[in-house]
Amino acid sequence: MKQFSQLLENLLFSPRRNDKLAHLVSWLKTASGDSRGFGVAAITGDLNLPHVKGKMIRDLASSATDEVLFALSYDFVGDLAETVSLLWPKSEVPLNSEFSIEDIVSQLQKASRKEAEHYMRHWLDHMPQTQKWALLKMATGGLRVGVSARLMRLAIAEAFDAAIEEIEEVWPLILPPYHDLFDWLEGHSERPNAEGRSVFRPLMLAHPLEEVDRQKYELSHFHIEWKWDGARVQLAASEEGVKLFSRSGDDISAAFPELVQPLGWQGVLDGELLAGTPECLGSFNDLQQRLNRKGASKSQIAKQPVFMRCYDILQTGQTDVRDLPLKERKPILQDVVADLPQTYFDLSEGVEAKGWDDLTLLRDQCRDNPLIEGVMLKDKNGPYQLGRIKGQWFKWKRDPFEADLVVLYAQRGHGKRSSLYSDFTLAAWADTDTGRVLVPVAKAYSGFTDVELRKLDKFVRDHTTQKFGPVREVEPKLVVQIAFDSIHRSPRHKSGVAMRFPRFHAIRWDKDCEDAAHLSELEHLVT
Amino acid sequence: MSLLGDTKNWVEVRAEGVFIKPLKAYIDPVRPVERALITHGHADHARAGHGTVIATPQTLDIMALRYGAAFTNNSLPLPYGERFTDNQVTVSTASAGHVLGSAQIIIEYKGTRLVAAGDYKRSYDPTLTPFEVVPCDIFITEATFGLPVFHHPDPVDEIAKLMRMRALFPERSCFIGAYALGKAQRVMMLLRQAGYQDPIYIHGALQKLCDYYQSQDIELGELLPATAGQRGVSNPELRGKIIMGPPSALGGTWAHRLPDPIISFASGWMQVKARAKQRGVECPLIISDHADWPDLLQTIEDVNPRETWITHGNEEALLHELTKRGRVARALSLLGYESESEE
Repeated sequence: MKQFSQLLENLLFSPRRNDKLAHLVSWLKTASGDSRGFGVAAITGDLNLPHVKGKMIRDLASSATDEVLFALSYDFVGDLAETVSLLWPKSEVPLNSEFSIEDIVSQLQKASRKEAEHYMRHWLDHMPQTQKWALLKMATGGLRVGVSARLMRLAIAEAFDAAIEEIEEVWPLILPPYHDLFDWLEGHSERPNAEGRSVFRPLMLAHPLEEVDRQKYELSHFHIEWKWDGARVQLAASEEGVKLFSRSGDDISAAFPELVQPLGWQGVLDGELLAGTPECLGSFNDLQQRLNRKGASKSQIAKQPVFMRCYDILQTGQTDVRDLPLKERKPILQDVVADLPQTYFDLSEGVEAKGWDDLTLLRDQCRDNPLIEGVMLKDKNGPYQLGRIKGQWFKWKRDPFEADLVVLYAQRGHGKRSSLYSDFTLAAWADTDTGRVLVPVAKAYSGFTDVELRKLDKFVRDHTTQKFGPVREVEPKLVVQIAFDSIHRSPRHKSGVAMRFPRFHAIRWDKDCEDAAHLSELEHLVT
Repeated sequence: MSLLGDTKNWVEVRAEGVFIKPLKAYIDPVRPVERALITHGHADHARAGHGTVIATPQTLDIMALRYGAAFTNNSLPLPYGERFTDNQVTVSTASAGHVLGSAQIIIEYKGTRLVAAGDYKRSYDPTLTPFEVVPCDIFITEATFGLPVFHHPDPVDEIAKLMRMRALFPERSCFIGAYALGKAQRVMMLLRQAGYQDPIYIHGALQKLCDYYQSQDIELGELLPATAGQRGVSNPELRGKIIMGPPSALGGTWAHRLPDPIISFASGWMQVKARAKQRGVECPLIISDHADWPDLLQTIEDVNPRETWITHGNEEALLHELTKRGRVARALSLLGYESESEE
């Protein structure tokens, strides 16, 4: 744990990706046994300790101090694990740095809830503060040390001199503490393979299309499709059954039982999950009723139907078709989809455009269809590769909507932003019985630079009118230009509307709040 | 909560600061006043433009260094342990252990003793005489680190952490951000005690105060200006060397001369990892010139006042804890002290 907590601290404080990579590589080379495997899983977020959740940590915290002091401390520190690691009473017993992750994880995995709490107390009493912090971070998941699962895989590739593509391909096949992976990397066994299993394959991703790309590339080389506003999914069918995966590789089959019925076909499909039926599309809001759920009842399936609009194929039968060019994969896909149940599967049709000007017009028209976010361009001769490959797939989103809104409230962020007012509630004007008032219409916490964030923080501190815990009310005088993807009716919000992905576009220090948007202008954009 | 019956008539909390009526003097006033009692030389406590300033000789020297000799019309030095009486009020000072010259201001009037501790600490500082416990009726305490999450570690261990980091990256320079008055000199002494004998390169903003500390027989070792080499260009001579300056120096073009610096910052705020991260600090040094939570509570136990008044910082938590312990305490909610910035 000593080595691992040191690694986490190094990762947290290294500003540079390459330094983080170097820290990971050196740790991977020296860590041993299952401490290495469980450490990797803790960092990638794949470690599951069922009995240790935020709730238990909060219970532990309340035994360490009183409620008021805990609340004030948590508000200040902004991170539960760190707060508890700092608040934990100084122990009478001598400290011990010799607990291994391997032992900690295996004990927690076997323990009942009560035993787990007992172990946690024991460790917290005996560990130095940084290890307490690492233990609590590990136990609650979400280390937030600025390492993505991808960076960890890169580090593994580097530490064991393997190709990153191979690591990516193997990743969905293995589980912590990754015996198969390390055995293969150390030359003791064959590479794990997906044969006969329904597992996620790394997705091919698109780059945003830049102005220069339009000059660089000939449009006729690309297959054009609409960019549907749903959720990217992958469907894998094998002897193991049919499984549906999210963009990040999470198994979401349970939420969509209608899509994972036996298909009489084996292979892997790539596509977009959309609400409604192929004949009658629902909105993204409708889709959200089904996303992020553990299951779906019969009535939900009937009331909120979904289907998969397929746009690529990775495998059919036992044949991996990823190396074929898109123009050869498309006919295979077409044949496969034709035999699948038509209520739940259809084909993403191509779009015809004579040239860039023609396509620009088509893209601008997307604004009229809320379910189309823009267009996709895919190299007709390209194979299906993992990741974002330059010049292969492009997404060309329609322009976002914009509105000038007034900052009404600000809240301190968490983690890196824990002492900065970084989360803003923004308002538009509305006419009410009592006159013209500002009503909140959006919350935004991105789109500004670090320098702008410091200025915003100063503005909030200088113009606070009231404090409610971590929230400050500010004088309504700062106007920000907000970009957003779309706006919907929402009975849950006082204003009656909710924006999708609102973010800062520009801070209008120059603008008077009287000139901010009126709610009626926003209602006009509702889809 | 009301003030002590017998202080109501002679102590007032005003926007300028705590006012001692029969003395017609404010303690650490935040704007120019006729007569000021100054606890220590940090800019948020010691401002220029007061009619008369009563402070320790060292605090007066430091104010003159910072603001020029004309920082006040009239200065009245009050060394630790000496007394000054005016209109039945006796004023004296005792060491606060915060920075050189820092004092607790002791006010005695009609049998009641009030101690305004200013900023203070209890932990080891080789540049200072330690905090002196002065029993009193009313103790005015700061609460900069008034949250139970603050347990400042041994500064010697913090310096050892920095030395390990330097050994790991021998090719890199090492920049330590530290407040120019007090913190910088304390860190220098700690570095010397850890066996670092090379010259320490300093930013111009540290020069005057380091010179002053050395004139007071506080041995900081060889200090060289970090201005060698060309502005805006990395200076290879600084590889493997320690450079110190105010934290703000990193933002300027001055910092361009530091070759691939390990960024370090000596501050009590570094206890919270998110704070260190936010400032881009790679090697946080938890070294504070303020009392941490256990020391705030211990000090109040030691002083054992009838009432504790809390001036600035995280007063809410300290007020809560003191009340829970059955002590009489109140928050004065004074504005103008920059507890959130450099400390």
